[in-house]
This record gives sequence, C-alpha cells and structure tokens, in this order.
Amino acid sequence: MSVARFWRKQINRYNIVGTHCKTCDTHYYPPRNVCPKCRRDGDIEAYKFAGPGNVVTYTIIHTAAEGFEMQAPYALAIIELDEGPRFTSQVVCDPKEVSIGMRVKPVFRKLGESGDKGMIYYGTKYVPDNDRN
Amino acid sequence: MSVGIVSYGAYIPKFRIKVEDIARVWGDDADILSAGLMVYEKSVPDLDEDTATIAVEAARSAVSRHNIDAKRIGAVYTGSESHPYAVKPTSTIVAEAIEATPALTAADFEFACKAGTAAMQACMGLVGSGMVDLGMAIGADVSQGAPGDALEYTAAAGGVSFIIGNKESEMIAVIEDTFSFTTDTPDFWRREGMPYPEHGGRFTGEPGYFKHVTGAANGLMEKMGTKPSDYDYAVFHQPNGKFPSRVAKMLGFTKEQIKPGLVVPWLGNTYSGSCMMGIAATLDQAKPGDRIFATAFGSGAGGDAFSFRVTDKIDEVRDAAPKVQELLKDPVYMDYAMYAKHKGKIRLA
Repeated sequence: MSVARFWRKQINRYNIVGTHCKTCDTHYYPPRNVCPKCRRDGDIEAYKFAGPGNVVTYTIIHTAAEGFEMQAPYALAIIELDEGPRFTSQVVCDPKEVSIGMRVKPVFRKLGESGDKGMIYYGTKYVPDNDRN
Repeated sequence: MSVGIVSYGAYIPKFRIKVEDIARVWGDDADILSAGLMVYEKSVPDLDEDTATIAVEAARSAVSRHNIDAKRIGAVYTGSESHPYAVKPTSTIVAEAIEATPALTAADFEFACKAGTAAMQACMGLVGSGMVDLGMAIGADVSQGAPGDALEYTAAAGGVSFIIGNKESEMIAVIEDTFSFTTDTPDFWRREGMPYPEHGGRFTGEPGYFKHVTGAANGLMEKMGTKPSDYDYAVFHQPNGKFPSRVAKMLGFTKEQIKPGLVVPWLGNTYSGSCMMGIAATLDQAKPGDRIFATAFGSGAGGDAFSFRVTDKIDEVRDAAPKVQELLKDPVYMDYAMYAKHKGKIRLA
C-alpha cells in the first residue's frame, strides 16, 4: 500500500470515522461522499462510530497472505457495528473463541507493515467483549 | 501555579510467560531466579502490539477515565526505549488516535526506564507556565531481553498515560514537587540498530539504580522538608521486586507503603511504564488526602522523584477505566516457543 493511500484513510482506520446521511438516517463505513439512497437529496456528515458490534460471520485463516504468516491461524470476521454498517476485520483472540453473534469491541493494533524498512500501518481490529458475551 | 494529574490510564497485554518456562529453556533454576528477582511471570505483547498500540490504549484509557476533551491536550510526549520507528514519532500516532491533532506539540522521549517520568516533568513545565492547557505524558515499552540474558526473565510490555493539568478543580492528585538526580553512568545501553540492550551486570545496581534512586528521593525530601513517614504510599522503579524493596528500606519506607504499587512480581519490568504503573496502581486505591512518594530510575543514568497529594476528585474518576489489578487478571499463559514468536525472535526465511 502506498504511503499516501493509507494516510488518506488513516483517521477512519484509527477511530472508525464514517459518514451519516441526515436525510435518511443511514450510517456508512467506510465513509461515503454521497448517500446511495438519497442521492442529491442526501445530507452527508462525518460520523464517529461508538465502536462495539457483533460478529455476523467469520472464517479462520490458516494459509495467510505474505506478511501475516506469523499470525495464522487467525479469525477474519464481518463485523456489524451497533449503528448498522458492516465491514471486515480481524478478531484478535484464540480462533476457537469466535462465534456468530458474539459481541466485540475495537482495539488499536498494527494492521500490517511494508517489510522491515517500510511504513507500519496502524488501525482498528476487534476483540471479544467478554463483559457482554 | 500548581500542577497535577488530571487523569491516568494503563494498558497491559493479556499474555504472560512464567519465569519457570524461560528457565527451562536455558537450564536455569526457576525457584532461585524467582526468589532472587521476586518476579514470577511477565507480560508479553500480542503479535500485532508494539509501543505505539500500547501507548494509544493507555492514552485512550486516560482520556475516557475523566471524560477529557482531547482537543484541550496541547502536548503529547511518549517515553520509550522501544519506539517502533527510529525516525517518526510514536507521539503523533497517539495524538491522532485520541483526536488531539492538529493544534498541539508532540515528541518522543528516551531515557531508558524513566523516559515517561521525564515526559511528565516536561508536561509539568508546559502546563505550569500556562503554555498549554493539558499535557499528556506516556511511558510505554515492549522491552527487549536477549535470549538467555538475565533481562529476558523480566523484560515485559505495558504502558501508562498521565494527563497533567493546572486547574486544581480537575486534579485527582496535586504534584507537590519534583526533583531529578542525573549523572553519566553507562550501566545499560542499546546501540543504534542493535536488537537487544547490553548492560553492566552487577554494575547496574549500586552505581546505577541505588545511587540515582536514593539521590533523587533524598533530594526531593530535603527540598520539601518531608520524611518517609509523611507519606501513605511509595513507589520506586521496579526492574524486579528486589531493588524497589531494598531501596525502600534504605530510604526508610515500609513494606506496607510500597505494597499497592509493587506490581512487578506478576507483570515484569515495563521499563518506561514501570514506575508510572506503580503510581497508577497506587492511585487505584488511594484515598483523598493520601500522599504518594515516587521515584523513577532510568539507566544512563538518572532518577526522577515526585511527591503527590491525592484530592477528593479521585473518587469520581477512579472506576471509569480499568484498574491495574484488573488488567493483571485472567492472563493467557504461553510457552517459550510462542513467546519467541510473539517477540520476533523467530525470523521467517
């Protein structure tokens, strides 16, 4: 990933900042510049999500991509935020702990790095919210 | 203008390795080591945790504990000897993650195990002079110990953040005064590009730790006209359990005074977070009016001593973020092989 490409979306990755359409009250993550429902009638604003959500579904990665070999096996899940949006995130825990419907909360972790010399990419991953499971 | 701690937050990774699991690999006697060091297990970072992620978690905990508007923070200083970049500040990552940017100053500090308290003193100066409203000082490390070295038994991971301010109505603890004692003493170092630190063995004791901790502690008490019995609690840098226990006795503090802040037996040495973790653990149970004495030590070498007076505000904010003892609960234990993987001691071809 290029430095500029990561940097542009950095704040969205650090703090789960997406958008909200004030016209139809729909939340988006990743952020959208235009509401796909309301089109030109939409009124988009930046929106910082609370963070917690549920695991909609998940898979366990055993054969990891380059740079992630040391983390395998790990759980990759579709998370549904409490405000509605869904996105893919790693759930950091023993893969045996992950289940559909489990409550998860965000944590700040390394997402990856460009080798030993390149940039380190930070952002949000998820962990089980043991107080609410 | 008085200055003090407005909020604090701690973070400890959930993984632990026991001293006996490390000793088994190197053929050492775990019972003798644990008894000598007064350390039984240490924290280990997850594969995707480093000083920056730990600093961010500690910073967020401090911000949420007292519901601080992060835009009021005019300085973020992170002390560590394991910053993820050699050039590129950890503190900008923290400042962005807590949404304190862009109207602030930020920099990284390095002074072995006392970089975090050096950052506290810098923040005291900035808020005390009115240059900034609030300052954030962080001590965080994923400390390194070479395989088979004595440091491997204690080098741990964790971090603490203090938000320093100048409005007494907001302070949970007034910083009554601070005093530092610094000399050029090469007891411990890591050269540029080297993965593990080197140390002077027993030389780290008397000319390093004990001289500088007693120098700073006695200097502060002399400056303030106080004595150990004036304090309810005391915290000293804890590279192991033995050193802070011994220096407390040398200075005239009791075992009861250091007990709440002595977290090293079940945590290990969190380096830049070490003394600050002890202060945080003490704040977790201190009552309004209590006085806390603390002295950090950094190899190289220096000591930073502080005198705190806890205010009524502590009762309002204490339970709003995880306490140190809560962070130490329910660890996930790993063997040496997994520990080596987590610490990057295994390199893929």
